[in-house]
Amino acid sequence: MKGVAVIGVGHARFGRRPDASVQELAFEAFAEALADSGLERGAIDASVIAAVPEYHTQRSIAGVVQEYLGLLPQPTWLTEAACASGSAAIRTAWLSIQAGVHEVVAVVGCQKMTELSTQEVLGLMGRVGDVQWESCYGTTFPAYYAMFARRHMHEFGTTREQMWAVAVKNHHYGAQNPYAMFRKEITLEKAAAAEGVADPFTVYDCCANADGAACVILASADRARAGRRPPVWLTGMGAASSSMSVLRRPHLTGLPSAEQAAAEAYAMAGVRPADVQVADVHDCFTIAEIMAYEDLGFCARGEGGAFIAERKPYIGGPVAVNVDGGLKAKGHPIGATGVSMTVEIAKQLRGEAGDRQVPDARIGLTHNVGGIGQYCFVQVLSREPVHQ
Amino acid sequence: MFKWYGRKSFTPATRIGAFADHLRDGRIMASRCLGCGAQAFPPRADCDVCMHRAFEFVEISGRGHLHTHTRIEAAPTGFEAWAPYRIGVVDLEEGGRILAWFGEGISDDAIAIGMPVQLVPRILDEMEDIHVVCSIEPPGTTWQKHEAGAHAGVSSPGEHRPTPEEPIR
Repeated sequence: MKGVAVIGVGHARFGRRPDASVQELAFEAFAEALADSGLERGAIDASVIAAVPEYHTQRSIAGVVQEYLGLLPQPTWLTEAACASGSAAIRTAWLSIQAGVHEVVAVVGCQKMTELSTQEVLGLMGRVGDVQWESCYGTTFPAYYAMFARRHMHEFGTTREQMWAVAVKNHHYGAQNPYAMFRKEITLEKAAAAEGVADPFTVYDCCANADGAACVILASADRARAGRRPPVWLTGMGAASSSMSVLRRPHLTGLPSAEQAAAEAYAMAGVRPADVQVADVHDCFTIAEIMAYEDLGFCARGEGGAFIAERKPYIGGPVAVNVDGGLKAKGHPIGATGVSMTVEIAKQLRGEAGDRQVPDARIGLTHNVGGIGQYCFVQVLSREPVHQ
Repeated sequence: MFKWYGRKSFTPATRIGAFADHLRDGRIMASRCLGCGAQAFPPRADCDVCMHRAFEFVEISGRGHLHTHTRIEAAPTGFEAWAPYRIGVVDLEEGGRILAWFGEGISDDAIAIGMPVQLVPRILDEMEDIHVVCSIEPPGTTWQKHEAGAHAGVSSPGEHRPTPEEPIR
């Protein structure tokens, strides 16, 4: 039968990691995933590396990582879609298994964001937008999301307190995640009093650059059933893109790519938003998580602020969102982030999330965004290969 | 010369390069497709409606309404000396949007989403190289316009037609 499942997961500690090179971070995650799967290295047919190459001094990063993991001579390639590289890599691995070309594929997301100097990173940061019409006026990542936030506040009455409530939640759960960069609780007052970045944002509205790696091993249905661990099935795989330039978007209160990718993923999986019990969403900024509630259909457009204010995305609410700390508290090693999301949801569906476990989680979702919404990938994951 | 456009240029070469020449002459230009007539702002050389590759510039009023805005505290490389600075996205009356800085005519506390604004071409004379930008100003702001190419050293910006080597659909 057809179908692709996650059969092994591994995660390196996210954060400032001056102790390790990028391939050593990748090894940390891969070794854990391999042990989890119970496979020998020789059983892996191919590897897909997720990373954003311009942040590394090493070029051809896939080759270096592959060699260090000891996966020669199997094929390897890099998949890049900015901050959505992780989910894009999972998609290419899924495609290769669905096509019958490979049976078992390792996806390794890895990134060292602290390798370049602050000056070099600020230079790259100045070119995240459309350079012809926008970067020439000094735009930044936070500035784009700050402008989404301003528009959201204007149209729907969303408040700064509601946005900071997202950061408070994610730090609450991040404090309980041993892999997270920031393992401490914060308060609304602390977020409000913090240094400004781009109004209405303070530093607590923004996720932090981090080093890190995560790995999932995917397998065909036959191989997954013969595996050591209970398979977690990729039942809905949605992907879409939006214009690079905010000057060409139909609206700035959400990400059209996310709405489209979510609709595709739900249709493929045969589920509705209300069926999702646990989700990891791309909270690169607090408003991004509020827009994600709406883009994914967890609430109606404009109601995302009330959704967090009423604590609905906490464990015990209708859908638990970013209960691993999200990008905000876990840190954002961009190539690793999407893979980390799938690791977390697989653990939740296997019932292995410890104190952060969502009770009887059977259906989960990941939402991984590249750039300011140019790319979006949404996965529905399930304990069962098909939904009845 | 598109390298004139913006406070820092990342795009030296483009087929709509004369946009910056027009801006220097005091004119804000959209593009109009010579195949289907579709108008675009920001201007584009190649039509995304009908795939035609020839276009002409058409002047727009620069009037519009503020869509959203932010004040950047943490600036990228090359912009540190100006920080903090406020940027806005404006919905243009003739269609399309533009991103630009606010001029001195609009104070921070007067800024409100939805307010009517006027985009005004500005030549930045505090900088060593030529830089031309659009500035978000109050409605009714006026400025001087020049004949095309009246500035010394400015190439004559006409409509752009593909050269014979370029395929035309």
